[in-house]
Amino acid sequence: MRTTHHQKVSRHGITNAAITTLAIATLAIQCHAADVSSEPVKIGSKTFTESVILGEIAAAMIESTGTRAIHRAEFGGTQILFQALKTDEIDLYPEYTGTITHEIFAGQNLKSLDDIDAALAKQNIKMTRPLGFNNTYALGMTRQRSSELGINTISDLKNHPDLRFGFSNEFLDRDDGWPALKKSYNLPQLNVAGLEHALAYRALQSGALDVMDLYTTDAEIAYYDLHALTDDRDHFPEYYAVYLYRTDLETRDSQAVTAISRLATTIDNPTMTALNARAKLDRVPEAIVANDFLNQTLDIEANRAVESRTAQIWRNTKEHLFLVSTSTFAAILVAIPIGVIASKRRKLGQALLAIVGILQTIPSLALLVLLMPILAAIGLRSVGDTPAIIALFVYSLLPIVRNTHAGLVGIPAPLRESADALGLSPMATLFQIELPLAARSILAGVKIAAVVNVGFATLGALIAAGGYGQPILTGIRLNDHTLILQGAIPAAMLAILTQTTFDILERFIVPAAPHK
Amino acid sequence: MTNRNTLIQLKAVSKTYGNLCALKSTTLDIPTGKTTVLIGQSGCGKSTLLRLIIRLITPTTGSITFEGNPLTEQNITTIRHRIGYVIQDGGLFPHLTARDNVTILARHLKHTKSDINRRLDELRELTPLPAHCLDRHPTQLSGGQRQRVALMRALFLDPDLLLLDEPLGALDPIIRSELQTDLRDIFLRLSKTVCMVTHDLSEAAYFADKIVLLQDGKIVQQGIFNDLLDRPADPFVTRFVNAQRGAISPSGATL
Ligand SMILES: Nc1ncnc2c1ncn2[C@@H]1O[C@H](COP(=O)(O)OP(=O)(O)OP(=O)(O)O)[C@@H](O)[C@H]1O
Ligand SMILES: [Mg+2]
Repeated sequence: MRTTHHQKVSRHGITNAAITTLAIATLAIQCHAADVSSEPVKIGSKTFTESVILGEIAAAMIESTGTRAIHRAEFGGTQILFQALKTDEIDLYPEYTGTITHEIFAGQNLKSLDDIDAALAKQNIKMTRPLGFNNTYALGMTRQRSSELGINTISDLKNHPDLRFGFSNEFLDRDDGWPALKKSYNLPQLNVAGLEHALAYRALQSGALDVMDLYTTDAEIAYYDLHALTDDRDHFPEYYAVYLYRTDLETRDSQAVTAISRLATTIDNPTMTALNARAKLDRVPEAIVANDFLNQTLDIEANRAVESRTAQIWRNTKEHLFLVSTSTFAAILVAIPIGVIASKRRKLGQALLAIVGILQTIPSLALLVLLMPILAAIGLRSVGDTPAIIALFVYSLLPIVRNTHAGLVGIPAPLRESADALGLSPMATLFQIELPLAARSILAGVKIAAVVNVGFATLGALIAAGGYGQPILTGIRLNDHTLILQGAIPAAMLAILTQTTFDILERFIVPAAPHK
Repeated sequence: MTNRNTLIQLKAVSKTYGNLCALKSTTLDIPTGKTTVLIGQSGCGKSTLLRLIIRLITPTTGSITFEGNPLTEQNITTIRHRIGYVIQDGGLFPHLTARDNVTILARHLKHTKSDINRRLDELRELTPLPAHCLDRHPTQLSGGQRQRVALMRALFLDPDLLLLDEPLGALDPIIRSELQTDLRDIFLRLSKTVCMVTHDLSEAAYFADKIVLLQDGKIVQQGIFNDLLDRPADPFVTRFVNAQRGAISPSGATL
């Protein structure tokens, strides 16, 4: 029984080790995520300027009561923020009534503010009264193009079926968005693309698009001299801005709730458009815009600090390194044992390689989105660095598994025979002979995984994981090339640095290759 | 033959790969304390026979005994500790120094450091190998030195059986003859049971107490060397002998 017994033990050992490691990695992630000191109020905002400004305003108001506020700007889209609010990842964020009725509670046909309050109460969430302005949707064209074609209302679009439409992805999906608009106006256009809101302005300007969706408080409407077409059938619902907050914030910090409630009816449409213009067109940091607004309108001494560029880069670097190193490290611990098993059993090996290969082909955004409900179901954080690290981990598996497998299978037959003939235990053969001989190949796999991860991790910003993707996203939003480069250049440098580090490691760690 | 005089016994052992028969039903004794040489043309099954004995491959039919006990999956690890195995070019692990290559099994079996060092010195004098070679990696050694290291590794636990698969095959003629002399001295001094593969007839003649000639996976003749010349069992034996004579020494002086 001796050898068979050994083999069993070794295989069990490997699986156990894999499970333990995964557990430790998960714990580490949780600890990190839960590492928030006593009681600051956590604020989130959406990935567009107005939401970031409203986040800063709320933060400044709360700080004026003496409580610390953390604003996680550009946290994500509606679903991500609402999910984060429910799971206590954040305490409050700015939202719009139309989004609540048509996206969050789509299909429930909520009409009044009372209806909304009731629906939210079931989720232990409350809502402030509207801040004042109504930032509803509109369809916009350049004034030049609309007068050329004689288009003033949305109904007028019916006579121009060849126009090219470009809408934000949210607008394409939501129940008051494009599908419903198309139906209620009977619009014939087929050439409809989904793209980032900030990019759509540029596409419209360059003539690549004819029509885009607008928010009525967008600063760009005046700046680009756009024509917001009249909604002559009253299709779009009202989008009054409000703050959504967790009910337990009232007991935890009633002052904070009082402070943000004071903001009701303080911001009308021209005010909001002006605030947006200052941030977006004059490039004034949102924190300053918020401070000045509170000083001038509410006579409140607000002192939101602007993070220096160096501090930003350093923070993004730490976030990025954390994402990449945690995911790569966990992948090494899981993928090498899988590669070893795959090399020992041909049939199982092919199946394992096929599975990690398929995982690799899931588009990164799809994977992030697919992960969210799964993580929520098992009680892990579904936004932030947890899903980002898991996605990166999944993508790291293939190169490491494949290279481990290839390295082990590629050990020259004479060496394998000599090892077997010695009569070492399977474990000793694996650790003292096989893995060292495959080390060069395994290390090459880890290198690929790590370098690719540095690039992939920039996508983490889409789900509030931070990292170098954050300034890139903000840069796109603000059309600020310096900000884009502030993320892109360090990301590229980190990729090169990672590559070089592994090249050097290879020279020192990997034992002399067999003489050719 | 009694068990006392026979270390390894093959009974009707054959090995097939798919529809290729690498070794036809073969019965063979490896006598204790003697050197048995397997000889034959390339592809005739010599290495297959050796691999079967140390169970790197398992027989398709038949059984193999070691000191009368059948080889099984369960006892092979212990039996391998009693067998030294050397292949062409040594089969040394490139990531280990010569010293670590030689001592790997003893370290795995938790022999004491002082025992290991004592044995290392002994073998270094026996083979012989210059001391400074021990800290080099295999790629930093000459072919002859590599074979000496491989032999030290095979001999380290003082095995009952040495299996050598063309141990001198990759060496140039001068080193080869030097190592031949050293090897035979070692075998004589240790009176080990040796089973050695070669396709060189003069080398076989030099080492063999017993010579086994294979052709196409089957033994054509076994016995002492002179039987091949004086009492060929088959016309192939004569053809083989003559071909080798021609190749090695046209005058026939060495044989
Ligand atoms: N793993 C294998 N799969 C298929 N066929 C094999 C395998 N190993 C050996 N053979 C075949 O078995 C036959 C005998 O091979 P073996 O290695 O024993 O020959 P050999 O006498 O050692 O030859 P050489 O002198 O060239 O080393 C050959 O035809 C070889 O191709
Ligand atoms: Mg051979």
